[in-house]
Amino acid sequence: MPDALPPLAALARRGPLDRASPVPGVTLAPPMRRVALHGDMSFYAGIPLPRTPLRAALSDETAILWLGPEEWLVLAPACDNVVPGNGSVVDVSHRQVGLHIEGYRAETLLNAACPLDLDLDAFPVGACTRTVFGKAQITLWRRDAALFHLEVARSFAGYVHALLREAALEFGAG
Amino acid sequence: MKLIPCPICGERAEIEFAYGGQAGLVRPPPTATEAAWGAYLYSRENPKGALRERWRHIHGCGRFFNLTRDTVTDKFIP
Repeated sequence: MPDALPPLAALARRGPLDRASPVPGVTLAPPMRRVALHGDMSFYAGIPLPRTPLRAALSDETAILWLGPEEWLVLAPACDNVVPGNGSVVDVSHRQVGLHIEGYRAETLLNAACPLDLDLDAFPVGACTRTVFGKAQITLWRRDAALFHLEVARSFAGYVHALLREAALEFGAG
Repeated sequence: MKLIPCPICGERAEIEFAYGGQAGLVRPPPTATEAAWGAYLYSRENPKGALRERWRHIHGCGRFFNLTRDTVTDKFIP
């Protein structure tokens, strides 16, 4: 039987980068429920949607990322069901792959192929946006000062992971 | 790297944007003459100086917006 998910399978085989400092680590995020919201909505599953551009709202384990005017991405635990809303609510759990980039100089690693200013003043904790990484469009969310959550279309996941690994060579990753 | 001021996201890298050509084009009514349709479809201003342009922050917030750019200096005019 052909491999149904070649990029994911490849990521799992390659495994994380060396987590030892000073090399930033790249790991595959656990499976999660992803919901794309469009429309003039105020709440999703009782959580107020963030109205401030480029900011994410975090409630327990559910994160709601502002992506554009009247557009959000919900990242929730995999066991959560999709809740109907007052607009377009689409389950996109399997459309994307999450990567965690973590550790000292994680932003320098990302800046190898991402043009965003990732200084803490310009892109503080809780900031999120769509942007590009190399030739791939990504959604980037800063969960902590040295922890980024990167969402990428699964067909680009292998490319983004390979590019991160290549960039990490500069930091001494083997 | 050229930075483009998105009205929502602020200054962002040029590669996040899609160019939409000259702004302010008005689609003629179906009854318009062939010359009017031809002008709408194919005729564009080519000024040496300020040009009103359409941009889209496609790898960002997705918003369409207008900007004025100086075609001589390639700088945006506020």
